[in-house]
Amino acid sequence: MKEIPQVEALLEAMCAELRDFLASQARQDPLVVGIRTGGVWVAEGVRSRLGVADPMGELNINFYRDDFTRIGLHPQVQPSMLPFDVDGRHVLLVDDVLHTGRTIRAAMNEIFDYGRPASITLAVLVERSGRELPIRADVAGTRLSLRPQDHIKLTGPEPLALEFKQAR
Amino acid sequence: MNLQLTEDGRLRHFLTIEGLDRPLLTRILDTAESFVGVGERAVKKVPLLRGKTIANLFFEPSTRTRSTFELAAKRLSADLLNLSVSASATRKGESLMDTLRNLEAMQCEMFVVRHEASGAAHYIASHVAPHVSVINAGDGRHAHPTQAMLDMFTIRRHKERFEHLKVAIVGDLMHSRVARSQIHALSILGVPEIRVVAPRTLIPPFIENMGVHVYTRLNRGLKDVDVVIMLRLQHERMDSGLLPSEHEYFRYYGLTEERLAVADDNVIVMHPGPMNRGVEIDSDVADGPHSVILQQVTYGIAIRMAVMSMCLGNPPAVEGGEG
Repeated sequence: MKEIPQVEALLEAMCAELRDFLASQARQDPLVVGIRTGGVWVAEGVRSRLGVADPMGELNINFYRDDFTRIGLHPQVQPSMLPFDVDGRHVLLVDDVLHTGRTIRAAMNEIFDYGRPASITLAVLVERSGRELPIRADVAGTRLSLRPQDHIKLTGPEPLALEFKQAR
Repeated sequence: MNLQLTEDGRLRHFLTIEGLDRPLLTRILDTAESFVGVGERAVKKVPLLRGKTIANLFFEPSTRTRSTFELAAKRLSADLLNLSVSASATRKGESLMDTLRNLEAMQCEMFVVRHEASGAAHYIASHVAPHVSVINAGDGRHAHPTQAMLDMFTIRRHKERFEHLKVAIVGDLMHSRVARSQIHALSILGVPEIRVVAPRTLIPPFIENMGVHVYTRLNRGLKDVDVVIMLRLQHERMDSGLLPSEHEYFRYYGLTEERLAVADDNVIVMHPGPMNRGVEIDSDVADGPHSVILQQVTYGIAIRMAVMSMCLGNPPAVEGGEG
């Protein structure tokens, strides 16, 4: 594995691409929704860079996970908070790392329990290989091809950094 | 070994507060906190227990407890079976086991049990198949742990911490499973001063051994308290000669605004319901600014969702580990 990318630079690249993407799709005034925990940190950076006026939404997808019967409830479940009405709005869903796609599946299910958004755009800091569902990011800070046993995760919130663990 | 816990200390059954530790009770409260929001959304449902079957097994009538367990199960997307079984005391042992085996054959994963005999939920929990969890929804005079936890949740929501509180439990402690569970929960969570207030005839002997202070005069018992928990006075108690009359009881132990004045300015008043207005509590208090009685009902759903999902979220013993 080469150098670990800097989070600041990825955020900048991500937001530049996002502006173009949202404009090309005519998705105006998006509501920014971060997935706990890392996705919320990224979403905060995205929201301030895009100058979004609406408050930020935070999703905890624990109640929507598909592995509940295998691993149970995560002990620290902080509630989801969407302090706005999603009906008819463009939602910008933000996560730190897109891997299997299962988290995004769960997050989209949860969003639809709050209402019917006009669209959902998926933006991630890192899109890595290993998808198990037909889900892809509309916008990614970087795209990495990793072996299944390799791990990449965002640590934070201060400072934000990517941590890469290579299995031997 | 605690029947309620798995080998690695997770909740398997929820039968009594006794014997549980502070981290576990805190985890129940924290988990419930995350479920409160579900009830405030457009779609009041999460798919957590989809495909699970829960049987409400009520050997004793109850409206509020049963319906909040029912709502909790439904908001978790579980399928629910409501069974009201009229128990004949003499045939209990036999028929109970038959009922259980039948429900297991219907592939139920959880029994929510209310029974007039103390120890019924324990008995059931020690006889069910390994994949079945049991929640005690009240057994005789013994315990009512989800009620106690929803009371703790209500207290924490209003007072934030337990370590500085004075709490008074007022009323028929002798016959109250709720009070017993509350006292255990309050002391495990670190409440330094727990008072019980009642006439001598309604105070169980040796209750001081549970670490509570006994008061027989209401105005002394309420002095400076942060939380007042009223207990329901059951009419049967008059007939058994423990009390002279409802009127008399209200005169000495009924909670009125005037009597509440000696408590802390920000005191909250709780009641597990159903209330006897004008017997243990005056309507002015029940509907007054200090009352959090209806919030208790709402929070009861979140607490029951938390306990249900924690009990059913245990991985099979053979598997384990990260997913």
